[in-house]
Amino acid sequence: MAGPRVLVIGGGLAGLSATMRLAELGIDVDLLSLVPVKRSHSACAQGGINSVNTQTRQQGDNEWKHFDDTVYGGDFLQHQPPVKEMAEWGPRIVDLMDRLGVPFNRTPEGFRDQRRFGGTLYKRTAFAGATTGQQLLYALDEQVRRWEVAGKVKKWEFWDFLQPVLDESGRCRGAICQDLVTMEFRAFPADAVIVASGGCGLVFGRSTMSMVCTGSAVSRCYAAGAFYGNGEFIQVHPTAIPGADKLRLMSESARGEGGRVWVPKTPQDPRDPRDIPDAERIYFLEERYPKYGNLVPRDIATREIFNICTNEGLSVEKDRLCVYLDLTHIPKETLDRKLGGILEIYEKFQGVDPRFVPMKIFPAVHYSMGGLWIDYERSASGGLVEGSPRNQQTNIPGLYAIGECDYQYHGANRLGANSLLSCIFSGLFVAPGVVASCDEAKKSEPGPQLMNDALKAQEKRHAELLSRPAGGENPYDLHDELGKLMTRTCTVVRRNDQLAEAYEAVCALEQRWQKCSLSDTGSWTNQNVVFTKALGDMFPLAKLILKGALQRDECRGAHYKPEFSMPGIEADDPAERRRLAEEWCDRFEENTKKWLKTTVARHGDDGHPVLTYEDVDTSIISPRPRLYGLVGGEVIEEVWRERQQARAQAAPQPATVGAGG
Amino acid sequence: MIRVADGQGDKNGVASAAEASASKSPASLRVRVLRQDAPGRESYWECHVIPYEANMNVISILQRIAARTTTEDGRKVAPVAWDCNCLEEVCGSCTMLVNGRTRMACTALVDRLLEEQPEEIVLEPMSKFPVVRDLMVDRRRVFRSLERVKAWVPIDGSYDQGPGPRISPEDQEDAYPLATCISCGCCMEACPQFTKVEVSRLAGESQEAFEARRKEAFDKNFLGAHAISQAMLFNSHPTGKMIADERMEALTDRGGIQMCGNAQNCVAVCPKSIPLTRSIARAGRAATLWAIRRFFDR
Repeated sequence: MAGPRVLVIGGGLAGLSATMRLAELGIDVDLLSLVPVKRSHSACAQGGINSVNTQTRQQGDNEWKHFDDTVYGGDFLQHQPPVKEMAEWGPRIVDLMDRLGVPFNRTPEGFRDQRRFGGTLYKRTAFAGATTGQQLLYALDEQVRRWEVAGKVKKWEFWDFLQPVLDESGRCRGAICQDLVTMEFRAFPADAVIVASGGCGLVFGRSTMSMVCTGSAVSRCYAAGAFYGNGEFIQVHPTAIPGADKLRLMSESARGEGGRVWVPKTPQDPRDPRDIPDAERIYFLEERYPKYGNLVPRDIATREIFNICTNEGLSVEKDRLCVYLDLTHIPKETLDRKLGGILEIYEKFQGVDPRFVPMKIFPAVHYSMGGLWIDYERSASGGLVEGSPRNQQTNIPGLYAIGECDYQYHGANRLGANSLLSCIFSGLFVAPGVVASCDEAKKSEPGPQLMNDALKAQEKRHAELLSRPAGGENPYDLHDELGKLMTRTCTVVRRNDQLAEAYEAVCALEQRWQKCSLSDTGSWTNQNVVFTKALGDMFPLAKLILKGALQRDECRGAHYKPEFSMPGIEADDPAERRRLAEEWCDRFEENTKKWLKTTVARHGDDGHPVLTYEDVDTSIISPRPRLYGLVGGEVIEEVWRERQQARAQAAPQPATVGAGG
Repeated sequence: MIRVADGQGDKNGVASAAEASASKSPASLRVRVLRQDAPGRESYWECHVIPYEANMNVISILQRIAARTTTEDGRKVAPVAWDCNCLEEVCGSCTMLVNGRTRMACTALVDRLLEEQPEEIVLEPMSKFPVVRDLMVDRRRVFRSLERVKAWVPIDGSYDQGPGPRISPEDQEDAYPLATCISCGCCMEACPQFTKVEVSRLAGESQEAFEARRKEAFDKNFLGAHAISQAMLFNSHPTGKMIADERMEALTDRGGIQMCGNAQNCVAVCPKSIPLTRSIARAGRAATLWAIRRFFDR
């Protein structure tokens, strides 16, 4: 009998880390990707990777605080054991990447330099210029190439994953995939399949994501019965460069290095921004959030920028919404050294040098916090049991999800520089559990019929698409409509009436997709049919995102409904302030009870998502109000603390797990 | 100097060009594309006319063509196939010849192209790699070169062993530009010593035998500037240099550094402004020293 064989779908940071670790554990890996793995979307990550380090440790930082920042930043929506484990692995992961040759920026003494990122008060982020994702990706790509030469890894680049194949017992036994060049179909029997296919930004049309981030692989797992968690949580990055073909990211590191966000006091002030004196500028993030300043968490920065442009009418331009992101007060030499890569992007695409002229930026869809629902096995210390086959496994045995396409780690909002960490962590951590799962799979082998039937079904579907009559709907136009609809109704500000309408509209678009015609009916490198299939798979995701957003009547992290927002306390009278704070905390507790739950979507037989809600494991750090810069936050915090103390005295504490680190 | 060569110009040049063309922007663009349906087929030219929009790049042109699929003379055609992913010049996918010059389609801004050549925009596939279809070429040879020079740090394993070696900021600043190579293939396309290798599967040949034969064909031919530069990157890393000799062996083997004719085209077309000729010069010196050492070690 052949040794265990694992199929990995996607070769970004998560897929490559898993492949490297599996190969090291003696497993043969098929690594399949839409693009050569070195060209994966991870390359676009700019700012850095978070972990506690020797220096921050001496300033009072520790793994516990990184864990706490992550769950607080994510508004407590993530299960805590995996996050705790990830924070504890952080220093080891950055050390490993350092050993792999990642050219991290250095201090004069030769140590890794660190910068500060959003949602924390420590300089916890290691970085390689402003192309950290690219550098981490390359280091892993190089190691996987080494394993490829050694014969442990076989790459299938320019291949599309079409479906997981499940046996009668419901276990995943492999997948059906298609060669994007020859259009040949092929069955990949596997003892386990790991999906590491990234986010689904293309559901929103233009985003900061790469063209392969259609979400199709995830959608195909969902169609096969995999659950999808927290779909409605989509991160809109505060700072992107608007463009006709895509919205290009302007990294948070621009603010981490001192970049300031502002608008002129005079709406659409026609002057050159450099001629507008400080007194006539509004540094609105610094004014409203004195503690974090320009480095408030992303959801807050995004809403403030959106708000100042739309509600306050202070957009820099009239026809195009944007604000200034200003670096011109920082010496050119520092900018070149620390931000060279991203400033070059701005200069190349906008034709203006951001070292001398403030950039014009606006929020853009950036990251999917939600994704395939996955399991984990909690350890006695509150972390994870290493080597458990349950870790990162979807509800389908033998089918795993890692990286951006899983729903863990980031809750309702991801902190900057945590995505690279979660991708590499989940990739490394999943491996021993997958090995255990392979052993389980080996206990019985399905016959060849299973794969053959699935292959035939995919071939048939493909042939049907190609033979659709001409003159029908144009898939590119439909995608454009879908993107505009989703961006308008389901990003920064969400309203129930709009969400309900959008849901109906997406269903109508899906119907029209059934009548799509292909402009290419050939059987060689047919990009048209591949795109049309991926588009078809966007609708189920769009529907679960919209329905999740519609049903979730609260504000949490990136999900913001003004109707349910909990404004701060403006009153001056101390007694009144106190009373309002009590009320605020009552409401907060009520809301936590009702909504601190994972949205779990299942693909219904009628094509509509069926949503259920699952409790979140918040047993390690109990949820508290997220008060970044909220007016009256001090008095709310005071009342909250008193309640916590009262509760602690009333009930004798169970042994807290690792509290205080 | 390099910036001008790669078509980006100085900042004022770009800004003023964009402003100037905005004032006299055309209503539509004529785009001439060199198409080829599959490997081994004849190539042919096809013209498309698409409406002009502000801030377009070659990617957005190709997106419009894919959506319209109607030629200048009103014929319905299959969309043009091309390679792209990140659209921000960091993935290395979208290399093609734009107005005859190898570059990334995403950073090829239409307003700049109209400055160069107002009558039409000409798109062709790279000429040194086998065409898969239309503007899409097979660049697996780029990655094979990386295998040849062992472009990796030979770590013991991925388990925790503490941090990597201390590195001075000077060394990091030296290494970083080399590490930003996106494997786009521009340097290979522009190099007179780099010639096309196209191997097709023979009737009755197994996939394995075909792949082995193709690899053999790649390995007889020039590595390309990017791989030489990667070899120098890893030979300067404290752990990477532990297999420096193996890399020198690859660099001095057939298809190695001796093939370089010092045309310096590579550095002129590199979209990431990587100092490729500096790497090549270093590799040349290292190869000489290595040959002498080997001579005396015999």
